[in-house]
Amino acid sequence: MKYVDEFRDGEKARVLISEIEALISSMALPPDRPLYLMEVCGGHTHSIFRYGLEGMLPKQIELVHGPGCPVCVLPMGRVDDCVAIAESPNVIFTTFGDAMRVPGSKKSLLQAKADGADVRMVYSPMDALALAQRNPEREIVFFGLGFETTMPSTALTILQAESEGIRNFSVFCNHITIVPTIKAILDSPGLQLDGFLGPGHVSMVIGTAPYEFIANFYRKPMVVAGFEPLDILQSIWMLLKQIREGRAEVENQYARIVPDEGNNAALHAVSHVYELREFFEWRGLGSIDHSGVRLREAYAHFDAERKFAIPNVRIADPKSCQCGEVLKGAIKPWQCKVFGTSCTPETPLGALMVSSEGACAAYYQYGGQKHQAEVV
Amino acid sequence: MNIIPFVKARRRGKVNVSAVTLAHGGGGKAMKDLIDDVFLAAFDEHSAEPLEDQARFELAMLQGYGDRLAFTTDSFVVDPLFFPGGDIGKLAVCGTVNDLAVGGAVPMFLSCAVIIEEGVPIDLLRKVARSMAQTAMQAGVRIATGDTKVVPRGACDKMFVTTSGVGTIPASVVLGVDKACVGDAVLVNGLLGDHGAAILCARGDMALETPIASDCACLHELIASILAAAPGTRFIRDATRGGIATVLNEIAEGSQVSIEIDEGVTPIREEVKAFCEILGLDPLYLANEGKIVVVVPPNETEAALAAMRSHPLGVDAAVVGRIGAEKENRVTMRTTLGGHRIVDMLVGEQLPRIC
Repeated sequence: MKYVDEFRDGEKARVLISEIEALISSMALPPDRPLYLMEVCGGHTHSIFRYGLEGMLPKQIELVHGPGCPVCVLPMGRVDDCVAIAESPNVIFTTFGDAMRVPGSKKSLLQAKADGADVRMVYSPMDALALAQRNPEREIVFFGLGFETTMPSTALTILQAESEGIRNFSVFCNHITIVPTIKAILDSPGLQLDGFLGPGHVSMVIGTAPYEFIANFYRKPMVVAGFEPLDILQSIWMLLKQIREGRAEVENQYARIVPDEGNNAALHAVSHVYELREFFEWRGLGSIDHSGVRLREAYAHFDAERKFAIPNVRIADPKSCQCGEVLKGAIKPWQCKVFGTSCTPETPLGALMVSSEGACAAYYQYGGQKHQAEVV
Repeated sequence: MNIIPFVKARRRGKVNVSAVTLAHGGGGKAMKDLIDDVFLAAFDEHSAEPLEDQARFELAMLQGYGDRLAFTTDSFVVDPLFFPGGDIGKLAVCGTVNDLAVGGAVPMFLSCAVIIEEGVPIDLLRKVARSMAQTAMQAGVRIATGDTKVVPRGACDKMFVTTSGVGTIPASVVLGVDKACVGDAVLVNGLLGDHGAAILCARGDMALETPIASDCACLHELIASILAAAPGTRFIRDATRGGIATVLNEIAEGSQVSIEIDEGVTPIREEVKAFCEILGLDPLYLANEGKIVVVVPPNETEAALAAMRSHPLGVDAAVVGRIGAEKENRVTMRTTLGGHRIVDMLVGEQLPRIC
């Protein structure tokens, strides 16, 4: 496949790996202290497992799988709200496929669908809007989910609905923003992180400037990384080079997609339609200030939170679930008490087991739980 | 007794309406006309045998082909009913023929039960019946018995088809999911994932246009030539729902072995790869309707491969992996990059990723 295979070239991967090994051996690291590098984005986690990158890297590099899977960090209470909206009379509830299996406190959207709710999978919010035009007698709700990557497409859909005067369409907005969450992770006590692989597609929208505080204030290097295996290996190499040279900068490995200044048209739509919430609840991480957005007053008529009576109850994560520790990199997925026993992809307890981008599901699916246990 | 046979009359009635009504399932004249004019006309035009409530076979005749009877059943609910490369009728015949053939059986007779939603156009039924008849004829199997039911609008989605099949297994053939041995080769007969991709595209939800057609085909002749060339063949299974990944896991569990496949030699069409990239799907889990996974001993690998490649349904055949002795009965894939990953059973439906 053109423009894809080039980034999966085994020969180039071997060259990069040997460069990485050379850098590591020049660092003279203590044997009990590997370098902890966090890939923020779930897309990276998925690629790392899909291509078996962890097994190819030297043992002194420990990849910590970050919170960048929007499906995974969705709290149970919000899933319950989705189910309540989906089960309201006359509603067609539309969602991206991944969100269907996320467990709520009583059921997932998939179970709500089986119980008779009209829940449909879409690939774009524009598909949901088209559904609204075709079904003027029904209320179509789109489950707006994701970081800055998907935020603009929801915003543009709302602007489109406004300009066409469509009134039977609304958005249940659960869009979240990554920067406050990286800050929350950096502020958590006892954290050992030596650098970040920055989220590629979020940065395509917001650019690289919002990460400067990570380098300047926290003195941690960050490399905005692409999603192909060679992108990830090159980004790791760039991080190691910074660490080796004592630098802490924000570098952009993914320049073929990410302009340093971001995407102005997308940012304009985002700031036009949304405002920051005071706080937003994250599964496993708790409440984080200014980490979510809601629709501005001017677009209140498209806001499902205002259109529907939703329970809006905060549901605590299951006690046995240690998603939070995994998200912060404090433990590895297989070190969680319920990993692979009461929490599996068939019956996920914690969010990280739900989506293929969640660290636990990725370990379970691609890494092999028993294999990982042996490595420990 | 729920089974209503295809009742044949000397003079066939004609169905004069354009769509199926509940009357066509009522057991009266309308039903008889539907069966005669639509199904029997396609399946059994020239048969002179009187029609009974069941098909009857001479045991002596069956014994001429083997020493064991194979019996299987499968239901077909594909949406849409017609798709590039096939339709529900062709699928229903190929699916059951293949389920017999992968056990080493010579497929002989099929049954065909159809559940029809009220309102379905008669012409659509005729098209499906003709497709079934044509596929069965080409495969050399006879649709020997059947049933129709009509249900109210909404009680099923247009039409569902169930086929059962009977075949005989030659005495020399002993295949089993528990028979894979360390060192055996794992082969496939061609490009993987075409059917799954074709169906997803044909549904139209993706707004993607692709030239991908279903690989739906009857594989019993290909399988017979493999068994002739490689009589030591351990196991064959068609990689339908859940794709090749599922079959490999079934072998690993059934034979208590590990399997390693090589991404670099696993045959997948460029269009299917691109389709999967866009939607975040894994082609190893996409359904096939004309692909088999074959496990053969090392000394017969070349013979099996040559036999597959010399058949029109096996030109892209490849050795994709080996049976290993690792303690955990895992299926792993060596990636093109040189890393390894686990290929586990699929959980639920393969839901596309969002970012």
